Amino acid sequence: MSDTPRAGKPRIATCSLAGCFGCHMSLLDIDERIFELAELVEFDRSPIDDKKKFDGRVEIGLIEGGCCNEENVATLREFRRHCDVLVALGDCATMGGAPALRNDIPLAECLREAYLEGPTVHNPERRLPADPELPLLLDRVYPIQEVVPVDVFLPGCPPSAEAIWQALVALIEGRAPELPYELLKYD
Amino acid sequence: MPGNDRSVDTVVREVCAACGRDPTRMLDIVRGVQRRLGWVPEEAVDRIAAETGAPRAEVAGVVSFYAFFADRPQGRIVIRLCEDVIDKLHGAERVAEALVEELGVGFDETTPDGLFTLAWTPCIGMSDQAPAALVDDVVITRLSRDRARQMVRELRGHGDPHRLVRTWGDGNNAHPLVRAMVENNIRHAGPVVLDGFERGRALEHALRMSPIEVIREIKIARLRGRGGAGFPTGMKWEFTRAAPGERKVVICNADEGEPGTFKDRVILTERADLMLEGLTVAAYAIGADEGIVYLRGEYAYLLALLEDAIERRRRDGLLGRRILGRDGFDFDIRVQLGAGAYMCGEETGLIASCEGRRGDAKNRPPFPAQQGYLGRPTSVNNVETLCCAARIVERGAGWFAGFGTKDSTGTKLFSVSGDCRRPGVYELPFGTTLGELLERAGADDIGAVQVGGPSGRMVGRDALERRLSFEDLPTGGSVMVFDTSRDPLWIVDEFMRFFVEESCGFCTPCRVGNVVMHDAVRKVRAGQASAADVERLRALAGTVRTASRCGLGQTSPNPVLSSLDAFPERWRRELRPARRDDLLPTFDPRAALRAAELLAGRSSTVFPPGEEDAR
Ligand SMILES: Cc1cc2nc3c(=O)[nH]c(=O)nc-3n(C[C@H](O)[C@H](O)[C@H](O)COP(=O)(O)O)c2cc1C
Ligand code: SF4
Ligand code: SF4
Ligand code: FES
Repeated sequence: MSDTPRAGKPRIATCSLAGCFGCHMSLLDIDERIFELAELVEFDRSPIDDKKKFDGRVEIGLIEGGCCNEENVATLREFRRHCDVLVALGDCATMGGAPALRNDIPLAECLREAYLEGPTVHNPERRLPADPELPLLLDRVYPIQEVVPVDVFLPGCPPSAEAIWQALVALIEGRAPELPYELLKYD
Repeated sequence: MPGNDRSVDTVVREVCAACGRDPTRMLDIVRGVQRRLGWVPEEAVDRIAAETGAPRAEVAGVVSFYAFFADRPQGRIVIRLCEDVIDKLHGAERVAEALVEELGVGFDETTPDGLFTLAWTPCIGMSDQAPAALVDDVVITRLSRDRARQMVRELRGHGDPHRLVRTWGDGNNAHPLVRAMVENNIRHAGPVVLDGFERGRALEHALRMSPIEVIREIKIARLRGRGGAGFPTGMKWEFTRAAPGERKVVICNADEGEPGTFKDRVILTERADLMLEGLTVAAYAIGADEGIVYLRGEYAYLLALLEDAIERRRRDGLLGRRILGRDGFDFDIRVQLGAGAYMCGEETGLIASCEGRRGDAKNRPPFPAQQGYLGRPTSVNNVETLCCAARIVERGAGWFAGFGTKDSTGTKLFSVSGDCRRPGVYELPFGTTLGELLERAGADDIGAVQVGGPSGRMVGRDALERRLSFEDLPTGGSVMVFDTSRDPLWIVDEFMRFFVEESCGFCTPCRVGNVVMHDAVRKVRAGQASAADVERLRALAGTVRTASRCGLGQTSPNPVLSSLDAFPERWRRELRPARRDDLLPTFDPRAALRAAELLAGRSSTVFPPGEEDAR
């Protein structure tokens, strides 16, 4: 690992893989406590500060979404390499979530339906997207625990702002998050 | 013929009428319809529902639950090859290849001429004469590649599975009502179950006592159930007797589904009367007027013999009204034939099956002794348990308790199979050491022993001094021997596949947990797992064990847990060091990208081919 440990405030990185950004929205739902959070930590790579590369090692990495394509896998590996504690944020990261609904359908069939045969498709050349810029899809959507070791799971779709807040505070203080039942109850 | 509505209609009407349009006889109805139509088409399901008044979903549920019922057309002859480990170590896979070649179709497929369907099936209770198969109801043992080919060719000619049997086995296997090639393989007949028996003797003794005294006698003998759980039989009878309810039921559990167990097969062949007498004694003690023998579908070849024994007992006044002239002692027995489901050996699944439903386990309480068959207090007892009970009444509790150990009185029938020279049934006192049993069985090279079937435990050579008994090394009878050339992890893999197949699917820990555990075992075997994966597997095994609803799920983690105890170094040898900062060894990006690469007509640049090890 090329990163050197840093002094100062703990650092946080976040990303959204095969997710809907709902988990990030829920993070923003901590409302004015976002100022408190900014006091407590520094954001490294994250869509929140639009920072696209790691500057160095970070204490906490939050991952939203599972892996649906090769880029997701590469990003997740980057996070694993840079983060002391990796958190699966939300049900997509933990279990695949809605994107994993395609998991029982072979990839070729999914693409055929989406780009060739679907009732609203207009694709006279009948071409599947194959631009080298586009990341290749995986055969199915993998929850992140099937791809890298994961340290903490925060269930919920999305986890509530309160759950995220309490978990983050615990992690910043170096404790394992223990959420009360009310925060893990969804009906 | 299948598909013709009018005839479906007629067939269903006739079969239902013959079963009194009784929805509790759904298994017999579906079996009857399938016998005449070859399978159970949708229209038949509709018609059965209409005839019996059962909800359509229940009928469809029964058809889909049982392995022997077909909801799509199948061949005129169905060949089911046993796929358990014991058969595999005797060459079942080579037999399978020969069948596939000769038939020209794979497993779960039907030949284009509609003559044959080929299928796998779990243990059919012939582990001492493996590889074995069922051709319709006919048992074929000791298969080889050549015999398998020969069998198919012959069937193409005469189409009659019964004609495949040219030599009959010993004892009642040669009886005109059986005519099976099955061998008893009784290697040691003990003094309790396999000793000679005179019909009616135990019952005469019982009738000299009051029902309460009979129960007391069973309790003094400290008889415990032989079906696996070891519950005290006297206590079970007492609960059932005391439970409120006008009518009470006793059931003999002859489902014998635990792979590697075949001792009940031998009892049913040679000592059916002793079992039936035990069931009658139980009825007397409990005050039951109704008895059922639940015979697994795999043992259909013993049905006629069993029904004949029941009929003769009726003629001799040992069943029916006023048994042995005793006023008020009315009791009769019917046989319920199963249809291929391990779950139906579990007592609440078994009761559901007797009621004509899917063999799903039920919640307890209420226990069967409180509310069982059709809501009536019911006592379910294993075949061997009932034999012991009859003997206790005949010869006395003191005599019986003279055999065995303090907490495991009497003898036990062990079914030994696998890598040994004398596989078969051994009736020995409880407390016999594993080593002594295996020495008798001629197991010279012992690597691993599976005691109690897949739901029991795997032990190594260091367990040879342990005593076969409830207090030390319990077993319902199954003892499978594996020599040192067999891989314990392969055995675990096979057993987990069995549980995945046989889970009834009702509760999540078992339905999902077994699949996840099986995947994990396979990853270990593929050299893709780290120590952390095994720890996760162990934790999951604990969850499945505690959170499952019935005994199947509660015991399904045993192959994993017991082999981890007995062969830790074997597990460790497959493990890869975990790298916390990288992809898991179980995740293979190249494999995950193959489909997309084919579709896009290009290779990945993020995980390019040939860099598998560079990651
Ligand atoms: C999945 C499963 C399968 C079982 N299969 C059998 C069986 O084939 N035969 C049997 O006697 N007991 C079987 N049992 C145990 C029965 O539930 C029940 O305990 C037993 O029949 C009671 O009889 P006993 O007290 O005489 O042993 C099974 C249990 C489970 C959980
Ligand atoms: S868990 Fe829910 S909110 Fe979070 S990314 Fe998935 S779908 Fe969106
Ligand atoms: S433990 Fe398994 S077999 Fe038993 S009820 Fe649950 S799913 Fe069915
Ligand atoms: S008959 Fe195949 S293992 Fe029992």
